[in-house]
Amino acid sequence: MDAAGHDDIQHHVRVYVMVFIALACLTAVTVGVSYLHLGRAAAIGVALTIAGIKGGLVAGYFMHLVSERKVIYWVLSLTAVFFLFVLFLPLLTVNEAQ
Amino acid sequence: MSDIAIPYMVKPHPVTGLPNGKLGIWLFLASEVMLFGALFSSYVLLRTGAESWPRGADELNVPLATVNTMVLIISSVTMVMSWASLKMKNLAKYRLYMGLTVLCAFIFLVIKYFEYTSKFHHNHFPSTSNFFGIYFTLTGLHGIHVIGGIIVNVYLLTAGTSLWHTDPEHFTNRVENAGLYWHFVDLVWIFLFPSLYLL
Amino acid sequence: MADQHADHGHHELSWWRKYVFSTDHKIIGIQYTVTALVFLFFGFTLMMLMRWQLAYPGKALPLVGSLLNVGMPGGVMQPEFYNMLGAMHGTIMVFMGIVPLAVGGFGNYVMPLQIGAPDMAFPRINMASYWVFLPGGLLMLASFFVPGGAPQSGWTSYPPLSDIATTGQTIWLLAMVLLITSSLLGSINFIVTIVQMRAKGLSFFRLPFFVWAQFVTAFLLLLAFPPLEGAAVLQLMDRVAGTSFFLPSGLVISGEPLKVAGGGNPLLWQHLFWFLAHPEVYVLILPGMGIVAEVVANNTRKPLWGYRLLVYSIIFLGFMSFVVWAHHMFMTGMGTTMSTFFQTTTMIISVPSVVILTCFLISLYGAAIRFTTPMLFATAFLPMFAIGGLTGLPLGLTASDIYLHDTFYVIGHFHYVVAPGTIFALMAGIYHWYPKVTGRKMSERLGKVHFWLSFIAMNGVFMPMFFQGMAGLSRRLYDPTVYVWGKNIQPLNVVISWSAWLLAIAQIPFIWNFFASIKSGEKVNDNPWEATTLEWATPTPPPHGNFVTEPQVYRDPYEYSVPGKPADFSPQHVEA
Repeated sequence: MDAAGHDDIQHHVRVYVMVFIALACLTAVTVGVSYLHLGRAAAIGVALTIAGIKGGLVAGYFMHLVSERKVIYWVLSLTAVFFLFVLFLPLLTVNEAQ
Repeated sequence: MSDIAIPYMVKPHPVTGLPNGKLGIWLFLASEVMLFGALFSSYVLLRTGAESWPRGADELNVPLATVNTMVLIISSVTMVMSWASLKMKNLAKYRLYMGLTVLCAFIFLVIKYFEYTSKFHHNHFPSTSNFFGIYFTLTGLHGIHVIGGIIVNVYLLTAGTSLWHTDPEHFTNRVENAGLYWHFVDLVWIFLFPSLYLL
Repeated sequence: MADQHADHGHHELSWWRKYVFSTDHKIIGIQYTVTALVFLFFGFTLMMLMRWQLAYPGKALPLVGSLLNVGMPGGVMQPEFYNMLGAMHGTIMVFMGIVPLAVGGFGNYVMPLQIGAPDMAFPRINMASYWVFLPGGLLMLASFFVPGGAPQSGWTSYPPLSDIATTGQTIWLLAMVLLITSSLLGSINFIVTIVQMRAKGLSFFRLPFFVWAQFVTAFLLLLAFPPLEGAAVLQLMDRVAGTSFFLPSGLVISGEPLKVAGGGNPLLWQHLFWFLAHPEVYVLILPGMGIVAEVVANNTRKPLWGYRLLVYSIIFLGFMSFVVWAHHMFMTGMGTTMSTFFQTTTMIISVPSVVILTCFLISLYGAAIRFTTPMLFATAFLPMFAIGGLTGLPLGLTASDIYLHDTFYVIGHFHYVVAPGTIFALMAGIYHWYPKVTGRKMSERLGKVHFWLSFIAMNGVFMPMFFQGMAGLSRRLYDPTVYVWGKNIQPLNVVISWSAWLLAIAQIPFIWNFFASIKSGEKVNDNPWEATTLEWATPTPPPHGNFVTEPQVYRDPYEYSVPGKPADFSPQHVEA
């Protein structure tokens, strides 16, 4: 990141602490929800949503993605598209055959 | 031969705004997204095609894995704090936080060891079923990545620190890049944990 | 940079650090080139052995046959050995020959020079990538010597067969992990270098097309290889840890039910493999297109026609290459929705290839062409690639693919693109850049002999394969004459085999030329082809650090025959 002043870093440290608390809470929530024995679709939806939020916090604040450069956004967007291809197309193909 | 001055090794490029190493590590992480993405895809394909598949909580130790999840999250905080300490020019604090990060990583592996040996004790091996096959393969590969992170972080804690005295900005960048890798390892676990243990 | 050596009082590096464990992209490029060429010729030798069996099934191979006791007792090829040769030929050519030559060799040597950089962004990672590639390649070759011999499940390693195959298959998987790691290190380096280290004034749309080709290729390697690495891990687990990722329940081998948990899916491997292997074929062709662009522009003394069109096409091609892979799997029982999807994307991807080829063809129009040896190879690339590309179309449509899949038609198709396609482009590149590396030209006379013999032989080898395929001859078939339709077209196999042996002989003038010209080739200046791009602005050979003064770029890459200029070429780095 650019040369940051002391105060700037202190602000970041506060953010890190808040993110940590959020991550801890979300972990508790996701484990708690799992004991509710929701239906298949709901369980997957909730679990992945919470994981998505947690991951977003780690990526956005610990990995500084919220203030990153365009080049990185382009690389990650391209990767995200291909990630979706490899995640869903084989599944769709195999399932349609059955 | 290593005396050629490579531009933008430390200072960011005027247009992209990035030093080389940062772009490099993000590209590496992009490839890792594809690696774990393919393995997640395999997990989904195998599970949806299976006649039966146990609930994660019935076969795996959820409390222990929850502890491990918190251990990794804590290590992510200490990792980013170690970088922040360097930005505040505090080498002692850096050493403390980086040391804690490595400690957490070891704790993660130790807990993993107990998890695995307990499985083996109950005669659950990768060959037992695809559930266990995927469990051991995914967490095993993740574990290998944890070990890789430990090696890098230990280096940055010991021999690598000499760079701080000759080129502090370069060293700070290296720690930041190592941090990006480490956060990614945490990120993968954030998705692995619910996928394997809670569903 | 040459002056700065003295200024910094830098200590002389040992011979080992200078020429073996070098971090200089030019040395690494030469290491990749030589190693890849050796692997390429070895892979070719394996095919020449196979061609004996195909032309004269069951006959003893004179002289050479008796040396290969294990696979060819009494000189007669065993079916298992035939399969080993086939699997290794494909694997070696693709992963140890063409790509390391096109990307590791040409990319490493030329790209930093063409962008005006002193070296790659990460010189030590560059060195690491070669020194992971070499052990990977040697490990792959070592598989011939383990009990059970080399892998014999095709370069595609389909399970369940590959899951239960002999030890050689495990070696294949481990070697692939090393080769993929090497590729990953390289692709990161290429992308960062091109993005971050272009000379002043060298915007993206002033880049030589060769650099664009390497840039897109690097992205393909970066993002497509990891799923294969994942799949390799899964197959290793199946083979070594007894998992059943790819083994379905109830599998029976030779009357015995397999003692595994089951529940796996062989198609999972196919999806993950082809997710890589389709972009991989674009990795095979793109650098070649880049080389052809350079050679055509230089020898037509005209700017390339449609530069922007070429750039947008190659970017689109790279992107689409990730979403066509299941056209290799039309026969696996997929439903009509998904097969329609993949047929559509496959038809769409043919468009940018045609655009690129058309731009090259139009570039020839109205030119006073200098038919040097590189230009002969580059020009021949065009119709050869056209044949390869066009013959792909019936394979991309299920109606015709049902008949042609797994026949020799497929072999003819893909070899046309890679052999008289990419390999011709790589040959053009060798003849074209040889003077920059050595300060001497290769012999034109020997070059022309090499070209014409190779051109005739290549077509002799691969054209008949389309007819064999249409007659129904399957690939990976040890004895074509076991089937009536194979027996009927057996004469074609004799034609093909003799053409292949002619192709081998045709390489002798090239090999001689390559080595002899180092000492006795015509000595030339720094820019013997009167080219415009930055690599020709360096001393010959380029010194450590490449450029004496940091270059600045003032114009587009192919300013040839600009009206009003004194010379018929305006180098990118010259201000006037």
